[in-house]
Amino acid sequence: MSISQLPIIIPFVFLVWALLIPLVGFWKSRLSQPLALIGSGLSAGFSIYGFISQIGMDPIRYRFGGWEPPIGIEFVYDGLSSFIVMVINVVAFFVLMHSKHVSQAELKGKEMPFFALAMLMMLGLNGIVLTGDLFNLFVFLEISSLSAYALLSIGRPAAPFAAFRYLIIGTVGGSFYLLGVGFLYTVTGTLNIIDMKAMLPQFAMQPAVVTGLILITVGMGIKAALYPMHGWLPDVYTNANSTASALVAPIGTKVAAYVLIRVLLMMFGIDLMDAVVPLSTIIGVLASAGIIYGSILVIRQTDLKRMLAYSSVSQIGYILLGMSLANPIGFVGAVLHVLNHAVMKGCLFLVSGNIEFREGHTDVTRFDKSYSKKYPWTMMSFTIAAISMIGLPPLAGFFSKWYLAMGTVQNGDWLFLAVILVSSLLNAVYFFRIIENVYLTKSDASTEYNEVPASMLIPTIVLAIALLVIGLANAWIVSTILPMYG
Amino acid sequence: MVESYTPLFAVLVSLAAVPFILFSDKKPNLREFWTILASIIKFGLVMSLLPVALSGSSVQTTLFEIIPGVPIVLKADAFGIYFAMIASGLWMVTSFYSIGYMRDNEEKNQTRYFASFAVCLSATIGIAFSGNLITFILFYEMLTLATYPLVIHKENAAAISAGRQYLVYTLTAGVLLIAASVLTYTYTGSMDFTPGGLFAGTDMSFAMMVVIFLLFVGGVGVKAGMMPIHSWLPSAMAAPTPVSALLHAVAVVKSGVFGVIRVVGFIIGTDVMAEFGLNDILMVLAGTTVIVASLMAFNQDNLKRRLAYSTVGHLSYIVMGAAMLTSLGYMGSMLHIAAHATMKITLFFCAGAIYVNLHKENISDLNGIAKAMPWTMAAFTIGAMGLAGVPPLNGFVSKWTLALGSLQGDMLIPVGILVVSGLLNIGYFFPIIQRAYFREGKGLEGYGEASPFMVVPIMITAILSIVFGLFPNLFFHFYELAEAISNTLITGN
Amino acid sequence: MGEFLIGHYSYWLTIALICVGLYGILFKRNLVKKAIGLSILQSAIILFWVSIATKWDATVPVRDPGIPTADVANYLNPLPHTLMLTAIVVGVATLGVGFALLIAIWNRYKTLDETEILNKIQ
Repeated sequence: MSISQLPIIIPFVFLVWALLIPLVGFWKSRLSQPLALIGSGLSAGFSIYGFISQIGMDPIRYRFGGWEPPIGIEFVYDGLSSFIVMVINVVAFFVLMHSKHVSQAELKGKEMPFFALAMLMMLGLNGIVLTGDLFNLFVFLEISSLSAYALLSIGRPAAPFAAFRYLIIGTVGGSFYLLGVGFLYTVTGTLNIIDMKAMLPQFAMQPAVVTGLILITVGMGIKAALYPMHGWLPDVYTNANSTASALVAPIGTKVAAYVLIRVLLMMFGIDLMDAVVPLSTIIGVLASAGIIYGSILVIRQTDLKRMLAYSSVSQIGYILLGMSLANPIGFVGAVLHVLNHAVMKGCLFLVSGNIEFREGHTDVTRFDKSYSKKYPWTMMSFTIAAISMIGLPPLAGFFSKWYLAMGTVQNGDWLFLAVILVSSLLNAVYFFRIIENVYLTKSDASTEYNEVPASMLIPTIVLAIALLVIGLANAWIVSTILPMYG
Repeated sequence: MVESYTPLFAVLVSLAAVPFILFSDKKPNLREFWTILASIIKFGLVMSLLPVALSGSSVQTTLFEIIPGVPIVLKADAFGIYFAMIASGLWMVTSFYSIGYMRDNEEKNQTRYFASFAVCLSATIGIAFSGNLITFILFYEMLTLATYPLVIHKENAAAISAGRQYLVYTLTAGVLLIAASVLTYTYTGSMDFTPGGLFAGTDMSFAMMVVIFLLFVGGVGVKAGMMPIHSWLPSAMAAPTPVSALLHAVAVVKSGVFGVIRVVGFIIGTDVMAEFGLNDILMVLAGTTVIVASLMAFNQDNLKRRLAYSTVGHLSYIVMGAAMLTSLGYMGSMLHIAAHATMKITLFFCAGAIYVNLHKENISDLNGIAKAMPWTMAAFTIGAMGLAGVPPLNGFVSKWTLALGSLQGDMLIPVGILVVSGLLNIGYFFPIIQRAYFREGKGLEGYGEASPFMVVPIMITAILSIVFGLFPNLFFHFYELAEAISNTLITGN
Repeated sequence: MGEFLIGHYSYWLTIALICVGLYGILFKRNLVKKAIGLSILQSAIILFWVSIATKWDATVPVRDPGIPTADVANYLNPLPHTLMLTAIVVGVATLGVGFALLIAIWNRYKTLDETEILNKIQ
């Protein structure tokens, strides 16, 4: 198969499946989940193949309808986009595998629309990553967001309200982005990212460009839950059903962070970014504040899902901090952390899904020793993911922190270095508290082995093991990420 | 330099034993067989490296790159082999002792205990053989995590809070160590342990050099029990006694001082230490620790806690030796690593035997126990005298060398500290011996020695303390190795 | 100064509409009013895009034999208009999803007042 067609095949699979699932699901609703699994499996397979074939090659620029860019819309399949596409599709595949029993329990009778929307959301996310056109990006952004609002509105009683708030805030974010793109368009007359990159230097100091830059940053900052624009996130992730939160949490905000990397770091470049307003410093400071704020708020929570949600606020800070450093090694840290955090957070949300499935709650104060006896493998996976979150070698989390720390040292940003180091200790506080509960708190409850079904257990364990593999293989991964920087 | 997989096997053998230990959960004898087997193989592998170390060469295993340009390197040089020999040798002894202790005490979770112990030893030998900082960090953090289940072994409130404290201290230390390594790598472009250091000729600013050094000291100093970051160690005495004996007197804490010497001699370098006056910082910290810890030991009525404070003090002897930056100072440090290991493990073994046999933990309850447990108390006396520096025990040899090293560097204060702390050692050990031998005990009728599983290891370590005092070069060539290592650190090759 | 104000009247209108929209989103307690505010915000941005396509003395972008196509200054820029067709669709879809959620919220809490809902959730 020629890889020149891959940029379209990968999202196209999701589009076809988004239509196929309603057709088949209307007739037999229980086929929706297996179908979704097949669809995302296909895409995951294609994107892994694509990523590996892409290494060392020139970017593929896929033109739609034969229209030459910048007139026509194009998909750009380069090292960075193929990497992100692979990460989100593979994680989504494991989450959907996990969803078999959860969806029967939590989404009774709503499987068909749920999985169709999940496919649509994946289409949107893939499109955001692949597209080379700023307006097209907005369209995909709204496709993924609209599907995500619907997916996240199913769950605990407060879920629709949380989702509605997310819809309002998210749409404001999207609108700001669109407004920002409008400003850039008035000045440059193009929407193509590569074309605009070539034109921007001559307009760098124009107020319209600066306004556009700031509006895009704010808009995407909202979508990425950059502190202090993270307010929507905790309620949404906590109240949604396990599958939706496990699907959206590891990859949703990452894609917005990717857009920031793409637009700010790649399109504008560090010089234009900081030409009038010291934007990289501002983002760095906000990201650091988010890291610390998120970590501290996690410690105050008692609900596992809410803890993970706040932890997402803090982890997205790492990615944006790495971006704001604007040096190759910080960039490596940021991109590696997209992968690491997607796998870690995916694993942790699956664990919380497992516990909710069996126990009907995720209140960590009620966790005790019986949990480690009842769910030994789930808890083992949790421990591994937690240690990775804390950042101990040789698990994956250590290495993103390592590169981020190297990046801060290279820039001489001692404050940011301190933030990275302190936050890993804060992570240790909240994760070891749970581990202590699970392994040491005395309990009178039954300790009979009661592990979740294999379809839920396997993805959980695979993601946990992946953390070790990624950690050990990170030199290779980093050597493929490094050339993606400019 | 020889490329070989022996160092890797030496590290992995106890890790490989873990699955066997876990699967033999229901058969205690088989389970302990795996531990013993692994410890013997491990010791054998380490010993097989000894001739290389004596010939002045080293054995290296280079594994895959863990970050671009920096591979995981296991390099068995003289210093690494020296430490690995002590740790793996005493693991064999401790394994037998553990069997006696755990069974006679009817402890729960024995499988977890033995498995964690095996992981700890893998990490310790890994630390000994680390060829660069990243490998060192890897095993250092592994040791932190593997020790945690041992500290909380009893799962009571005291143990859990000790475990928490332990994690707070050691994880913080790990973070500092990572920061120091990142800085070192950025400024020198290397993380390899090189005799003579990496910073020579890098034109560092004074402030940055001090920051890096302090981060390192914070990173490795926690495990080395340096004040004011020592207080996890007395709390960690909540662990079962064999853990206190091997890990909190030998493996973990010696990994800390081992790290200090690695940092001083192999990362920062003797010359740079002197140039920036960093050794003075270290000397002040270590000297204070020696005196203050010895004084604090007086206050402890719990035998194990008194021993723990004594450990804190003696670890800083070793750090002090490194801070002298003289060849005899380094050599004294090396010798004291070995000497303190055999003596302190003897003392902890004795404390454990007393606890299992008589269920007594406090010094004030020890009246007259020498009548019931003559061999144990004889060994205890030997260990205590050795730590106080009474000839001809091995503690005397190391202290004597430390004093010479101090004079070699024209420093008198360290000599004073050594003398004072020797007296303090006698001060806090003598009351124990006095109670055991010269006071009337009550309710000791019918009690004898602990099981042979425990008494024999006690005798072995006590005899080793005497033998190495008389013949420091016997069997393991400790003296020769220490001399060779200290020379490379001074000359830089 | 006066020329600056008058010459950019469409932008002032946009800014005013954005402010109205944000006011609705931030300060109205009723969720439907929030949705209306959102809609106003989106409309403002659509108007902005449409207004940037404007040129003086140019005609609609339909080819006229009387006006030479070689000089693009004679025609309005059609691209923003077409893009905004998509944006309008997005806006409609957003409102659709929003109203669906509002119905679910109404069925659950029998109110659309934010404060009351928050009280009921506690």
